[in-house]
Amino acid sequence: MPILETIGLEKRFGGIVAAHDVNLAVEKGARHALIGPNGAGKTTVINMLTGVLKPTAGRIMLEGRDITGLLPHERVRLGMARTFQINQLFLGLTPLESIGLVVSERLGLGSDWWRLVGTKSAVTDEIVEIVERFRLTDVMHERAAILPYGKQRLLEIALAFACRPHVLLLDEPAAGVPEVERHELLATIEALPAEVTVLLIEHDMDLVFSFADRISVLVNGTLFVDGAPEEVARDPRVKAVYLGEELDA
Amino acid sequence: MAMTVEDRPALADDVAAHLKRRARWSPLEIAFWIFAFATIWLFPGKYLILKDAAILALFALSLDLILGYAGILSLGQAAFFGLAGYFAGLVAKYGVINEPVIALVCSGVAAAALGFVTSFLVLRGSDLTRLMVTLGVSLMLGEVANRYSEITGGADGLQGVDIAPIFGRFRFDLYGHNGYVYCLIVLFVCFVIARRIIYSPFGLSLRAIKENTLRAAAVGIPVKWRLVAIYTISAGFAGIAGGLLTQTTAFCSLDVFSLDRSADLLLVLIIGGTGYLYGGLIGAVIYKLLQDWIANLTPQYWQFWIGLVLVVIVLVGRERIGGGNAALRAAVVRLGARLTSRPATLGGAAPDGR
Repeated sequence: MPILETIGLEKRFGGIVAAHDVNLAVEKGARHALIGPNGAGKTTVINMLTGVLKPTAGRIMLEGRDITGLLPHERVRLGMARTFQINQLFLGLTPLESIGLVVSERLGLGSDWWRLVGTKSAVTDEIVEIVERFRLTDVMHERAAILPYGKQRLLEIALAFACRPHVLLLDEPAAGVPEVERHELLATIEALPAEVTVLLIEHDMDLVFSFADRISVLVNGTLFVDGAPEEVARDPRVKAVYLGEELDA
Repeated sequence: MAMTVEDRPALADDVAAHLKRRARWSPLEIAFWIFAFATIWLFPGKYLILKDAAILALFALSLDLILGYAGILSLGQAAFFGLAGYFAGLVAKYGVINEPVIALVCSGVAAAALGFVTSFLVLRGSDLTRLMVTLGVSLMLGEVANRYSEITGGADGLQGVDIAPIFGRFRFDLYGHNGYVYCLIVLFVCFVIARRIIYSPFGLSLRAIKENTLRAAAVGIPVKWRLVAIYTISAGFAGIAGGLLTQTTAFCSLDVFSLDRSADLLLVLIIGGTGYLYGGLIGAVIYKLLQDWIANLTPQYWQFWIGLVLVVIVLVGRERIGGGNAALRAAVVRLGARLTSRPATLGGAAPDGR
């Protein structure tokens, strides 16, 4: 059984069909990439998966459970977290506070209004693990607003990771990261634990083909091709609509 | 920057220490409170205005909790202030609860209950919607109090309120000494609670919601319920302030529901700043002193000068004022204009009425 599955997912904005009959199946532990040209509906799909947009039709199953009607934070609690294409950080907070917040929240301390943040060692231990994993140790006391872009991007992923997701949705994680900081970011993504299923939405073909073990191509709101990277790379239709230049080069 | 295994405990300690340090009382804060309590001995002739300042400070603290920490702009805090004011007056008048501290806590709870119920209306929509809904709720309550004048005393106010001594020992004296000490202690206790709240995981989650609601939901924070919770707590604090006013004056009138009262709070927070808890306290003291000073200089037209000072403060701009910033400033500019254009009927006669 796929860990994350969409069945006949559809989204219309008035007369415009942004996604039509999307049947996506992400297997447990996969490194699955969702690619497609600009305006193909990738962001619409991810917004439906995470509950930001309500689908017009179809269902979303997470670990066999129908989550179509759940609110965003409820999906997080069931084990699916996302990052955003454009950073969505708590700019006034430090990485330490932001991550501490998410960890506290996940451990069910979020409604605790009396104890101080960080008095539980379960929380601090986990913060340490996450700042190290995402190489934020040096900057953990700086406000997120003033971090270098690459570090902000790492924090963006760290916040989602701190939710301990079974499925992690990465929306163009490398977008806009300058070349010098890129290596660190990619290494961190490579090093994500194998048991975490990753669905990667990406433009960058190098990243997709080096990282993914399965690729789905979305064109005009419809799943076009779905398969292993080699198959997708060979597929003449994909070459025609989308990948032509990048792969021929 | 590979971390070795030995570095780990050190890093964990560093993390824990930093998180705890956020909440440590700074020397400046300690000095602030020492001075606040020292006023009991320093200014014995000023108890009435100090007491008003303390009540206003607590009231402003209640708004700061929602505005400064959750980004909710409200013009309706007077609803809670007024409800609890009448609650405290009525329970004392009819001898339902005689002990003032217990009565005060109950008034706060009553206001919090109203806050909880109305939170569902308020938490919809944008800043402007919230402003209007909060304002509407307090106007409606004021009118309800007016309608049931056989209970509330209507325009004459609630007469014959007799407040028993605190803990059966400390009587509210004519000089206002015990009343002021009482207000100051209540303010301090409420402040400590508010301070605990903002440094807790719950408080941090509020800041996250204010900073970025979209992301807050995306990391698993139940945004709506957190806002309901803080709105309820804030209403409780506003209620305690209202209860204090009734108890220390042994009187309660429809004026507790007035728009001016809610508007004053925004002014106080404009002066003092939001989002660091002391804004309401400092703002309240400055506002009261300013009001007192100007009213002495020009008893009839004091509101003109208050309006002018506010317009200047807002236009010069305050970096410290947090979210809801533009809307708050715009609201206050309009409000300043309203105050300056209004004939000095209400305030001119009784500048110390609030």
